[in-house]
Amino acid sequence: MTVTTSQPVTPQNKRNIFQQLELDVRLLGMIGAFIILCIGFNLVTDGRFLTPRNIFNLTIQTVSVAIMASGMVFVIVTRHIDLSVGALLATCSAVMAMTQTEFVPHVLGLGLNHPITWIVAVGVGLVTGTLIGAFHGWMIGYLTIPAFIVTLGGFLVWRNVAWYLTDGQTIGPLDSTFMMFGGTNGTLGTSLSWILGLVATVLALLVLWNARRAKLAHDFPVKPVWAEVVMGLVVSGAILGFVAVLNAYDIPTRRLQRMFEARGDVMPEGLTMGYGLPISVLILIAVAIVMTVVARRTRLGRYIFATGGNPDAAELSGINTRLLTVKVFSIMGFLCALSAVVASARLANHSNDIGTLDELRVIAAAVIGGTALSGGFGTIYGAILGALIMQSLQSGMAMVGVDAPFQNIVVGAVLVAAVFIDIVYRKRVGAK
Amino acid sequence: MTTPKELRAQGATPMVAMDDISVSFGGIKAVDRVSVDLHPGEVVGLLGHNGAGKSTLIKVLSGAYQMDSGEIRINGDKVEITNPRDARSHNIETIYQTLALADNLDAASNLFLGREIVTSTGLVNDAAMEAECRKIMGRLNPNFRKFNEPVSALSGGQRQSVAIARAVYFNARILIMDEPTAALGPHETQMVAELIQQLKAQGIGIFLIDHDVHAVMQLCDRASVMKNGQLVGTVDIEDVTDDDLLSMIILGKKPGEAAA
Ligand SMILES: Nc1ncnc2c1ncn2[C@@H]1O[C@H](COP(=O)(O)OP(=O)(O)OP(=O)(O)O)[C@@H](O)[C@H]1O
Ligand SMILES: [Mg+2]
Repeated sequence: MTVTTSQPVTPQNKRNIFQQLELDVRLLGMIGAFIILCIGFNLVTDGRFLTPRNIFNLTIQTVSVAIMASGMVFVIVTRHIDLSVGALLATCSAVMAMTQTEFVPHVLGLGLNHPITWIVAVGVGLVTGTLIGAFHGWMIGYLTIPAFIVTLGGFLVWRNVAWYLTDGQTIGPLDSTFMMFGGTNGTLGTSLSWILGLVATVLALLVLWNARRAKLAHDFPVKPVWAEVVMGLVVSGAILGFVAVLNAYDIPTRRLQRMFEARGDVMPEGLTMGYGLPISVLILIAVAIVMTVVARRTRLGRYIFATGGNPDAAELSGINTRLLTVKVFSIMGFLCALSAVVASARLANHSNDIGTLDELRVIAAAVIGGTALSGGFGTIYGAILGALIMQSLQSGMAMVGVDAPFQNIVVGAVLVAAVFIDIVYRKRVGAK
Repeated sequence: MTTPKELRAQGATPMVAMDDISVSFGGIKAVDRVSVDLHPGEVVGLLGHNGAGKSTLIKVLSGAYQMDSGEIRINGDKVEITNPRDARSHNIETIYQTLALADNLDAASNLFLGREIVTSTGLVNDAAMEAECRKIMGRLNPNFRKFNEPVSALSGGQRQSVAIARAVYFNARILIMDEPTAALGPHETQMVAELIQQLKAQGIGIFLIDHDVHAVMQLCDRASVMKNGQLVGTVDIEDVTDDDLLSMIILGKKPGEAAA
């Protein structure tokens, strides 16, 4: 073939500060809405909303839905839906609860709180979730039963499988190590949190730096240096600020006393200790990073988005869209199981109603976070922010003293309004 | 170099032979016992009215449809093409009439869809793909600028350029073009004509579906005409006129034959 020059990279005419920073306007809008929401509740509650204590609680309450929402992004992007995530969470939770209270202690005869219990329980739970997800995906991809129907059936089936497994009883208390995965039961403490925060900051800056180098290597346009510096400062500030807030929430004195007593020590007078980063939040962060990398940097992610954009084109490009469906639902199942770990550990037991209505919260989080139900568009960070917004709305209203029915009315209305704003926004920017 | 015509005269094995192909949808025979073949460096035009079965026939070769009966031979060997991956592994590339682009992805992602360039760690290398995309678009459509936007933001002709780029980038030996210039302006159409000449000179065999009889007369070595799913006949372009082709398409008879 004749060699000709390649297309020149035209420097774009930058118009405003947002474009110089190359920030996603939709993300900014969501962050803006979130900040307004927080400040609003803070004013109404005389500063009780933005205390370290409340932020800590908000964070750990968001984790379970946020983990599943990141999987729901893939499901919705490929033009499917999963109505069974709450029920699947319940089944995984029941399986894990039975594993750690019946199977390991009695069947294997290792007794309660054996060090390997949590590993076996989590392993069994994750495998169960993944297999059930894969089974859903197989029915949807290979038997071509619509996802709506398969997961509507799953919604009934798995909720009641959970019931059957536990005879409808609450199972608890769970294994002491297992419970570290939930909320206040397992936190890193202040020093370790600071170390982790600093490591994360350095890694984030390295990622920014590498992205810039990769662009320069191909002579693609890069942001002005000041914009990179601003981005770096904002990211570092956000990470370290988050750690600082979680560290500022002190473990209640009574609880601290009990912790020392449990170790056979006496608590020194006047000692205070911050909780620091909860392990469940670390799990969410890990999920967010892995899922974002999968979405943007792997073939699997590319195929998920291509299939959502045009299933026929994906098929004609040699993508096995049926197998892809199995993979997407397996990921969803895996994440439901992971959420089940966090949710049951936080509650310290498995109860029959665990995960009830979660399917709606998870779908709402993904959709508020900008995942298009027509397929092809969605981000992991958007879904997680969506989950955080929903949880803040709910907790804030509870704190203000809004009646329970009104809380749900508001959340429902916000969901519809968010999608409407999204439609208007997409029309404006000309995206489909 | 031996011309395709000499190759045929010597009785050389065609690079593609589609033999006695039938495809039906429900009760309709969309393709009814059609045989066509293709030699290296040859352009074979496929002509016929709307719904004649042209796209269906070539989709059998590209792996998008399964034939009910018939046989495909590549360089004389019988092959099974059951999906688009099989076709690609035989170096068959296709520009579909519908273009088959994922609207939400940018040009480079579409160009490499299913065959991404990956880094040593197995992650997709977007920067490298965009650079390659810029190279090939520089050749095919120098006015193309929208590399960082989803292809839904492109004009019909720009989208077509992306589809053409995808088919020629991966060193196809057999190229299927289903109305590649339908959305192109006169200048871009001229560039595709030049591209076809270039590819032909490299020994690539091309099936070209085009409703423009004039273009077929200019670009093709032979033309196969279909009507209602059946093959009317295959003619040497040198032996026929525009009017002969038109009457084959419309009346369904070969030149010299009495009207059916
Ligand atoms: N997926 C399908 N399902 C059912 N019928 C189909 C399908 N694809 C094509 N057909 C039918 O097969 C026949 C041939 O269609 P085909 O697309 O091959 O025509 P064509 O010659 O490419 O026409 P055009 O010039 O309009 O592109 C038509 O009658 C069409 O309705
Ligand atoms: Mg056609």
